[in-house]
Order: sequence, then C-alpha cells, then structure tokens
Amino acid sequence: MKNKEIGIKICMGTGGIAAGGTQVMEAFTEHLRSSGIEASVEKRCSMHRVGCRGLCAKDVLVDILIDGDKTTYQYITSEMVPRIVKEHLIEGAPIEEWTVGEDYHNFHRKQVKVVLSDCGNIDPEDINAYIAVGGYEATKAAVKSMTPEEVIDIIKKSGLRGRGGAGFPTGLKWEICNKIQSDHKYIICNADEGDPGAFMDRSVIEGNPHAVIEGMIIGAYSIGAAGGYVYIRAEYPLAVERLKIALRQARENNFLGNKILGRGFLNFDIKIKLGAGAFVCGEETALIASIEGRRGMPRAKPPFPVYSGLWGKPTVINNVETLANIPYIMRKGAGWFSSYGTEKSKGTKVFALTGKVKNSGLIEVPMGIPLREIIYDIGGGIEGEKALKAVQTGGPSGGCIPADMIDIKMDYESLAQAGSIVGSGGMIVLDEDDCMVNVAKYFLQFTQAESCGKCVPCRIGTKRLLEILDKITKGQGTEDDLKLLEKLGSDIKSASLCGLGQTAPNPILSTLKYFRQEYEAHLEGRCPAKVCRDLLTYSVIEKFCTGCGACKRVCPAGAVTGEKKKPHTIDSSLCIKCGACFDVCKFKAVAKE
Amino acid sequence: MQDLKTLEKIAAGHIGEKGGVIAILQEVQDALGYIPEEAVNWIADRLWIPRSAFFGVATFYAQFYFTPRGKNIITACCGTACHVKGSERLINGIARELNLAGGQDTTPDMEFTLEKVNCVGACSIAPVVIINKKVHGKAGADKIRKELKALRKTDKNAAAVEETDEE
Repeated sequence: MKNKEIGIKICMGTGGIAAGGTQVMEAFTEHLRSSGIEASVEKRCSMHRVGCRGLCAKDVLVDILIDGDKTTYQYITSEMVPRIVKEHLIEGAPIEEWTVGEDYHNFHRKQVKVVLSDCGNIDPEDINAYIAVGGYEATKAAVKSMTPEEVIDIIKKSGLRGRGGAGFPTGLKWEICNKIQSDHKYIICNADEGDPGAFMDRSVIEGNPHAVIEGMIIGAYSIGAAGGYVYIRAEYPLAVERLKIALRQARENNFLGNKILGRGFLNFDIKIKLGAGAFVCGEETALIASIEGRRGMPRAKPPFPVYSGLWGKPTVINNVETLANIPYIMRKGAGWFSSYGTEKSKGTKVFALTGKVKNSGLIEVPMGIPLREIIYDIGGGIEGEKALKAVQTGGPSGGCIPADMIDIKMDYESLAQAGSIVGSGGMIVLDEDDCMVNVAKYFLQFTQAESCGKCVPCRIGTKRLLEILDKITKGQGTEDDLKLLEKLGSDIKSASLCGLGQTAPNPILSTLKYFRQEYEAHLEGRCPAKVCRDLLTYSVIEKFCTGCGACKRVCPAGAVTGEKKKPHTIDSSLCIKCGACFDVCKFKAVAKE
Repeated sequence: MQDLKTLEKIAAGHIGEKGGVIAILQEVQDALGYIPEEAVNWIADRLWIPRSAFFGVATFYAQFYFTPRGKNIITACCGTACHVKGSERLINGIARELNLAGGQDTTPDMEFTLEKVNCVGACSIAPVVIINKKVHGKAGADKIRKELKALRKTDKNAAAVEETDEE
C-alpha cells in the first residue's frame, strides 16, 4: 500500500455514535499506528468523522478510500477494525463479506441529494472541508457582486417553499421583509424539531452545520438583518456542539461578525438559543416568545413576525432544511433547483423514514415522487415481510395514508388532498401489527400534553378527544362517540389559535376516514391488531409450555402459577396485561388474544 | 444558602440582559441538578425580575425539575417510531425493574431517575433509551436490564470504597 493515498470516513452522527462510532475511530487510530501504516504513507493517510449518510440502521458505516477507490463497510464494530487494517489497508484486499450489499445501493439509487449532498462526505467540525466542496462561495458572490434584490430574485425563481411544514414561498417572505424600513431586523433559524419521529434537522446540523449558517448569512444580507438566532432543542446535544464549533470557525474566517468579508456596512452574527422542551415553540410566535425569555405561548396573527417579530422588529423565521437549500440554489442556479419536483412543489424534500420498514433512515427525494417508490425501492419494503397498513406523515399534525393509496405523489397539494401533510418530513411506516386507534391516541396524548393552554378549543378540546379515544380503546365506546370525534375534531380545527390546535385532530380524522372499521371493531370489544391492552387476554398454550418458569419469574402481579417442568397457567383475574410473559417466553407458549 | 457563590456567578452573567430567564434557569439546573425554589427567589430578587416570571417559565417547559434527581438518569424515548416498536412496554419494564411505583420517577435511594422524552430524533435505531447520556439503540428489555445491573454494581463498589476510606 506504499505510495497510495488512504482515506477513512466514519459515520459519526447520533446513530453512528450510538452504534459505537467513537470506539471504531479509536480502534482505527490505534491500529494505524501499531501497524506502521501511518509512518509509511506519512500524511497521505487521513481519517475523518462524517455526519449522517442516511442509513443509520446499518451503522457503523465506514468508507475506505484508496486512491479515490471507495469501499463501504456496514455494521462495523471496533473488534472488526484490526482485520480491515491488515487485509484491506496493508494487503489491499477488501473484505467482501463485510461490505454493503445491494440494499445499500438501492437505498441511494432513487434519491436526489441537495441538502444532504455533502452530509456524510465532509467532516462537520472542519470549515475547510466545507470550503473545499464549494462552501461559502455563494456568500462571497452574493455579498461582493449582488444586490439583496438580486439574491431574493434567485430564491423566488427557484420556487423554494418553507420546509418546516407550512410551505410558504421563501423568496416572497424575504422580499416582504426586505421592503420594510426598520432600524433592526432579525433572521431566526427554527431548529426546534419537536415532531416525534422526525430527525431531518438534527441530521443536517450534525452533518453539515455550515450550510445552515451560510443560508442564514445570505438571508440576513437579503433582508438586511444584523442579528440572527438558531433556536434549537436541548435534546440534540451533538447538533448544538457542532453548531457552536461551526459558528466559531465562521467568525474566525470573517463570514460572521463585523465587516463581513471586508464589506464595511455588513455586520451580522448568530446566537444559539436552547429550547427547553415545549413542542408548541416550533410555532413561530411561540418561538419568539421563548427567545424573549417568556412562556412559549403563541399569539394571534396578524401581525405576522415579518412585520412585528422578535422584540417587535421585522423577523424572518426559516426552517433548518429551507436554509440549508440556499447555498446550493445560489451556487447551481434557480433553474437547476426547479428542474426537480412538481409544478407547485419544487426541489427535493428530506424525509425521516422510520417504523416498520427495512431500510429506515434519512432520505432526500424529489418532490412528487410516488410513495410506493419510497417504501419499496428506497426503504426495501416492510420488515419481516408483513403487510403494509398505512404510512403516517407529518407527525402529530398529519394523517395516515392507507396502503391502497400508496401511489400518491409526495407533494404539498396531493398530501393535503388526502387529509395529511408533508409537514416537516416525518414518515412512519405502519404494518398489520399496528392499531390505528392506538396510533391516533398516541398522537392525541402528545398534542394534549403539549397544548399550551392559552385557547379553549385546543386546551379542552384535545382533552375531550383523548378521553373519548381512551374509552374506545377500553372497549367502552359507542357509535355516537365516533360521530362526536368527527364533530369535535372539525370544531377544534376551525376555532384554535395556532397550528398546534388547528392540526391536532388530523390523526383522528384521517384514521376515522380510512380505518373506520377498526374503530368499529373496538366498539365491539376487539382490537384487530392486538395492541390495546384492555381488550387482550393472555393465556398459556399447554402443548408449547416447557414449564421453564421464565414467565412466572417475570410476572409482576403473581398471576402465573405452575410447577417446574409442567405447563403453567395465567390467572386472568390477577393479570395486569403488561405482556412481560409474552415477551420473555422463548417457546411461543403465551397466547395473546 | 450553600450555593450562593454559584448563584452569584450565574446572576452576574445576566445583569441587564433582555430575555435571559430561560438561560438562567438552564444554568441553575446544570449547576445544581434541579431548580430549588429558594435559588430562584434569590436570583429573581438579585436581578430585579419578578419571581413569577421565573416560575411561570419553569413550569411551562418540560425540561425543568423542581425536585432533586437520581444519580443515574435513564431517558426513555417516547417518539412515534419508538412507540410502534414497543417503547411503552419497555418503559413499564424498566419501572418494574427499578421498583418505581405509579407516578414516581426517582428511586427512594436517589440512585435512578427514569424520565420520558418526546423524541430524541434517533428514530432509525428505535426503541431508544439513553442511560447517563449514552444512547442505546434497538434497546431490548434484556439489554437495558443488564445495563441497569452493571450500574447498580459499580455504585455499590463505589459506596464500599467510600466506606473503607472513612474507616
């Protein structure tokens, strides 16, 4: 391997670190030294941590580049490193059985990466890595040779719409703010990714924080803002850390601070504000209240923040993904960006594909791609060859798309028509084992707990909805309850103050629309998917029971009795239906009905 | 109050600042592990901000705690992906393992606190449990039980060492 250039890239997003990425990196450092490779190729051996490349289910993913020739390994642990160093790096023979298979390539084949194009390729903690792939060129071009109006014109032409969920045209928002006269203006990056089941913004910031910062700088230049904030969840410690490093490096390189790039009139800096665990703060007026140090409660609009926002000043709030698109649009042109997507939804969208799908992870696809291609081509189909039941999009504000509508196009308009939303991009795949009433109840528990309490329809309405759902999952519901859910749901939607309440009934309304028969089964005391606890009974199947006693030991209620090596029995009057016996039994001798 | 120096330092960083209430509370919790009522009163008086502004904020956000927390923090994710992959049963199992009675989140010996969070954003490795800031993906009941046992053991050893030291 002498005279060769060796590169090692290790996936170190939250997923990669959880799978042991740090240990893998340490093992490489140690074995490179002890094997003498480091000395023999001198500075031509480099190791990089990189951000998320999407397929977190196969972490730790490691790229080995020898003279640019790339081999990707999956499921790597620190114990496997010595063999990779010996056979691949020293002897030059990649270890075939550890490399990624066809599904890894299929996962990437139908994706189009704009926002994620550099995620997973560059070291997120090194500004030079971002600059080497063209980073901050857009900033230089904009600041040195374009007027703010010219920048806004490009963004308008690209057709970029807000990726946080609402889909408002970004260029238009900037234009409105640009035209307002004010001594102070602000730009805020909304990284309060509170939707359960969504991690697009976390991955983008962990994988390429400079793209977000560059988007903010260009935005600030366009609207004339001197102050910027990134409002980010405290639950994302790694993203916060990488953002801090990136901001420091950007300041050192004079992309932030006073007289940016030597332009005397241009001062702009960015502060980080940590969220404190309130979903409603993703709503822009609540987010502003939170930055101002108050309870994060939304207020009535208008006035919109672009007229009166932070401290009463004109404020533009853009989502992480929206901002990360900006540098690429500026560099490659509005026409290039708008060549992707549909007539009204341009460009690409990042989705967090999770749940009962084989290849779960972070994906970026052109707007308008059929859902089927996402689930079966990129996602590789359903786990365990079970039947697809539905796909939930848009989190607690969204709805479920049933399996028979799987050819739907993923864009703002088509999803709205189907009673769901693109939302921020969470996409949870549900199979035959998932109970739709339980899923609706799950989301209502969430929105009810996160309702800020300011307006009555949301505060009391979500509580009542949840009570009715609770009744239904206990087998005590009636036909009238279903009608009440629909009536109350539509009332809450039209009467609530902010987006949280206006969308909270969606999970119920869409499951009622497409899965009414499941609700009806619950009214008769059955849960077809065998999920709702109160409608289940556990019993021992005698012929399978070996009398090992595992269930007896684990039962917290003392409901299991029986002698050793003889079939046990479950006393249903004592059983609390926790399912511990079902989980622990190795012989499938516990039946759940 | 024994933490006066810490509080003085925190307050000093926010004199005359607009909108610092959340950041102050976060710093107090970082330093003391939770937010004692008297600490808030002291800082509020020191900075001429109404006490109610602090308590209004502290009770609004899920991140703030008014009671001391255990030595080991177990954070169970309740996001959608974790939910469909059985987090509810997993969490009930952990609560049973720690002998936490209904509604309790910290063990009486102050060794463990079990908390739920909405989503940690690591959905592709669901279900996720974070033990003392280390993320455990695809967390099965067995795996977590082993981790908890190991923690108990190290804690007991540490306690034994302390006792011998005192002798």
